Amino acid sequence: MADLLPEHPDFLWRNPEPKSSYDVIIIGGGGHGLATAYYLAKNHGITNVAVLERGWLAGGNMARNTTIIRSNYLWDESAAIYEHSLKQWEVLPEELDYDFLFSQRGVLNLAHTLQDVRDSVRRCEANRLNGVDAEWLDADQVKEVCPIINTSDNIRYPVMGATYQPRAGIAKHDHVAWAFARKADELGVDLIQDCEVTGFVKDGNRVVGVQTSRGTIAAGKVALCAAGHSSVLAEMAGFDLPIQSHPLQALVSELHQPVHPTVVMSNHVHVYVSQAHKGELVMGAGVDAYNGYGQRGGFHVIEEQMAAAVELFPIFARAHLLRTWGGIVDVTPDASPVVSKTPIDQLYVNCGWGTGGFKGTPGAGWTMAHTIAHDEPHEYNAPFALERFSTGALIDEHGAAAVAH
Amino acid sequence: MILISCPDCGSRDETEFHYGGQAHVPYPEDPNALTDEEWGRYLFYRENTKGIFAERWVHSSGCRKWFNVLRDTVTYRIAAVYRTGEPRPTLDGGSQ
Repeated sequence: MADLLPEHPDFLWRNPEPKSSYDVIIIGGGGHGLATAYYLAKNHGITNVAVLERGWLAGGNMARNTTIIRSNYLWDESAAIYEHSLKQWEVLPEELDYDFLFSQRGVLNLAHTLQDVRDSVRRCEANRLNGVDAEWLDADQVKEVCPIINTSDNIRYPVMGATYQPRAGIAKHDHVAWAFARKADELGVDLIQDCEVTGFVKDGNRVVGVQTSRGTIAAGKVALCAAGHSSVLAEMAGFDLPIQSHPLQALVSELHQPVHPTVVMSNHVHVYVSQAHKGELVMGAGVDAYNGYGQRGGFHVIEEQMAAAVELFPIFARAHLLRTWGGIVDVTPDASPVVSKTPIDQLYVNCGWGTGGFKGTPGAGWTMAHTIAHDEPHEYNAPFALERFSTGALIDEHGAAAVAH
Repeated sequence: MILISCPDCGSRDETEFHYGGQAHVPYPEDPNALTDEEWGRYLFYRENTKGIFAERWVHSSGCRKWFNVLRDTVTYRIAAVYRTGEPRPTLDGGSQ
C-alpha cells in the first residue's frame, strides 16, 4: 500500500491584519518567501516581518512543482548553495517539528548519448570534489536501482548509464510550505494573504514601503520573492531583471501501488518522473517555448513527455492521466538563480530559480535572510548577484538543470 | 497548442514554429563603444511583458522565414502578425 499522510496539525498560522509598518516586508508567500521569513526570525532575530501574498499562501509554484530535491549541480558556486539547501532539508523536519515526508530515495539523471556520458561522468567528479554524493552507474546498475526502467537497446535512445545521487529525494510540497509558515508565525511573522502589492514607496533611491490592495505599509527593507512575477514587481520598483517568464507544466497519473523506488530524470528524451507517497506518478518536462504568465501551456508538451516516459517505463503505458497543470517559471540566461541586492537601496531580490526552485527553498531562504539582515550577500549567494550579467561571470547550469529552457 | 498565422503559409500549429523572444531588438550600432553594463544589457536583458508582447517566431517546418507577432502573454491570444522590418502595429482600443 502507498503511505498514509501524517495527521494534519490543528493550528497553522494566524491571519492578522497588516500593521502600518514593518522592519522587513517580503513580497510573495510561496516557499521562498516563507523560508526567508523563517530564517530572518531564526538566524537573525528579526521578527517584525510581514509576508505579503496576493493570493493564498503557497498557491503558486509551491503548489505546482514536482517536489524533486537534489544538489548534483556542476559548478562550485551551485554545488555550495544547493548542497547547503539539501543539508537543511535533512534537518528541517525536526527543526520545524513537521513531518513533511522528506524521502531520500535518490535521483538518477540518465545518459543516452556518448556526450551525455562524458558530461555526466564529469559532473559526478565535480560533485565529489565539492562533497556532493554522486556516482556513475552503468545501465545494469541503473536497472538495479530502478527495475522498471527499460535499459534494453530496443528503444530510440537506449540508457547508457546515469549519475546517481542517493541523498536526493522528494517531499510533500504543501506540507513544506505549511511547516515554514507555522514556524514563522510562531516566531512573530505576520503572514498576510489576499494582499497584492500595487506599487513601491521610495525616498530618493531608497524603498520605504509598499502600496497594496490593503493600504500602504511602511517598511525598513523590502524583499521580492515572487518567482514568475518578479519582472512585473521589479518594473514597478524601477529596475530591470534578466528574466523571462515561461509556462512550465507537470502532470500526475491516477494512484498506483508503489512501483517506482527513486526519481528518474532524463535530459535527452526529456521527462522526469517520481511516484508520490499517495501513489501518483508525478511527471514534468521542459518549459513551453514562449513567454507566458497564463499558468497553462500547450498539450503537445504533455504528449511529448508522456511519450518519453512510456518509452523509458513501458509499465506506465496503461496508466491514466489524472491531471495536468502549469506554473510560471522565471528563467535566467544561465539557468542559475538571482539572490541579490538591487539598484534600489534596501530592496532585495530572490528570483530566477527557473524550473528548480523547490529544491532551493531552504538555501534561498537562508541566503536571502542573510542578505536582508546584513545588507550584504552570504558567501553562498554572492556569486548569484545581478552584477554577473555585466561582469560575464555567469554560472551556466543548463546541463545540470536537467530541463530545457 | 496555439495556432499561428504565418504571413506566407497561413494558419499552422505552434509545433511547426520556433520561438525567437522579444522583437525589435537591434544589434548595437557600435558594440565596441558600449560599456560592460550596456553590452550585458544587450546580451541578457529582454522585456518580460505581462500583456501584449511583440515577439519573433520562425516557421521552421514551412517557409523558414522569421516574422513578428503581437501576443498577449496572459491569454496567449495573438493580436497581430506582421513581417520582419515592418513597424509594430497599433491595436484597436488604444492599447499598444
